[in-house]
Amino acid sequence: MSMLEVNRLSIAFCGLKAVDDFNIKIGKGRLYGLIGPNGAGKTTVFNLLTGVYQPDKGTILLDGANITGKRTIDICQAGIARTFQNIRLFKDLSVLDNVKVGLHNHYKYSTIAGVFRLPGYFKAEKEMDRRAMELLKVFDMEAFFNYKASNLPYGQQRKLEIARALATGPKLLLLDEPAAGMNPNETAELMETIRFVRDTFDMTILLIEHDMKLVSGICEELTVLNFGQVLCQGETSAVLHDPEVVKAYLGE
Amino acid sequence: MDSVKRKKLVDHWITYGVVILGWIIVQALGATGHMTNQINGLLVPICMYVILAVSLNLTVGISGELSLGHAGFMCVGAFSGSFFTKLMAESIPSLSVRFAIALVIGALVAAFFGVLIGIPVLRLRGDYLAIVTLAFGEIIKNVMNVIYVGVDNGAIRIAMEKKSNLNLSENGRVIIEGAMGITKTPKASTFTIGVVLVLLTLFIVLNLIHSRTGRAIMAIRDNRIAAESVGVNITKYKLLAFSISASLAGMAGVLYSHNLASLAAEKFNYNMSILILVYVVLGGIGNIRGSIISAVILTLLPELLRGLNNYRMLIYAIVLIIMMILNSAPSAIAARGRLLERFQRKNTKEAA
Repeated sequence: MSMLEVNRLSIAFCGLKAVDDFNIKIGKGRLYGLIGPNGAGKTTVFNLLTGVYQPDKGTILLDGANITGKRTIDICQAGIARTFQNIRLFKDLSVLDNVKVGLHNHYKYSTIAGVFRLPGYFKAEKEMDRRAMELLKVFDMEAFFNYKASNLPYGQQRKLEIARALATGPKLLLLDEPAAGMNPNETAELMETIRFVRDTFDMTILLIEHDMKLVSGICEELTVLNFGQVLCQGETSAVLHDPEVVKAYLGE
Repeated sequence: MDSVKRKKLVDHWITYGVVILGWIIVQALGATGHMTNQINGLLVPICMYVILAVSLNLTVGISGELSLGHAGFMCVGAFSGSFFTKLMAESIPSLSVRFAIALVIGALVAAFFGVLIGIPVLRLRGDYLAIVTLAFGEIIKNVMNVIYVGVDNGAIRIAMEKKSNLNLSENGRVIIEGAMGITKTPKASTFTIGVVLVLLTLFIVLNLIHSRTGRAIMAIRDNRIAAESVGVNITKYKLLAFSISASLAGMAGVLYSHNLASLAAEKFNYNMSILILVYVVLGGIGNIRGSIISAVILTLLPELLRGLNNYRMLIYAIVLIIMMILNSAPSAIAARGRLLERFQRKNTKEAA
């Protein structure tokens, strides 16, 4: 069964069809790319998938469960985590605390237990620290755990965002332009990281990207969006050589 | 990682230590006869302002919402606490027991109003809370100005405008008397109780900040959309922070009302709310220890300068400006960082 199945998803803003009749099917453990020119509606698709916007019509199935129209926090619990195009970290919190907020719904104790330092507090905090450090280690960031998030270099901030998303324990990871603003070295490193995350966590990943080297390097399948509609869909190499796609990207 | 945790714990204890040290100094000065009446009279208000500043910092600094009606929560706390103490004068003879219950009641009533305001307002994005709390403070003040509450034959009667509207029987007595407020509340507040309440406030706020709940609250402050995307319930945590902040202000109100012979609503005006906000801003937004220090200094200062008469408020204003510059100007912060670094280097050298 596919991990994500979206059927006829549509949304219009004041009559402008931002996403129109969008279909996608992503198999479990696949690395899937969503590409398209600026303003094609890629981020809107992410916002629809994570409940930021409610679709006008269409259905979203995650691992067989219908999550259409649910609230963002319920969708997070259902198993979709995301990163953002413009990095959205908790900038005044430490690197470790950023990841621990991601673990928020996995290790619970009441506010009372937290204020009066009841046994539940120590047990859960210890587990959270351990798990968060494990995740930071995956990204080679354990040395920075006490840094303020906003003091990290740009590339590390991107990685921290992915670590935080993984902390929520998702089935599907959405990456919104993970390589934006990165130099070629950082991008190459990021490609390794994304592949590594997929392999270690057995994760299904859908990513938006403009960097064609990254897309052709790691994505197994692609969907091309143009003016809110699916232009082309399929294996990466086939899609990238499709004349329609070349035309949309390069013009005639 | 353990060293970082230890450092945080030490930091908490320094904050508690500063308060306890203050208490010891005052006790020592009192024992040796160095305390003037003027300063003695300020001790409880200082504790009250510290609690108010720390609790407002929870809303403004930690939760990132602006509240301009903190005096309103203090007002409902003060009136409900005093009302209880006077009402139960016969049924519970022990004043300290009544005062303890009054503190809890004041906190709960203020928390109730916090939730009442928070439920609709904290769902919105933007500065609506500032506007609504501003209105709340004024409404509470004006309502308390015209309300009359009396008790006869075991029944509580409430009326507006005139005392005669209460229609009390002969054995009845008036407890809340409109603009006169509540008079002759027994004086139960002492400096020691005040310090204990300050420590309680610090304990609650500091532990809250360094827990799962506090992380969620600060995550929402730093980035609401991201917090939502990792499954944090925005409204719940904003409401929690705001109502805890309100209940602590209510508790401070009870402390205040049991320190004065007469309690009038007129005191809890807009200026009071702004004054508390000034303490928070000058102490550093989000900096709990800073709030304590600025509340103490700025409460003491006008009284200490009383001898200078006409220049009093001028100096007060200059001190405000200097504190602001030292606390917020980038060059001052950098200079402070350098000083601290030099100090630390010296320490490590000595340790080696």
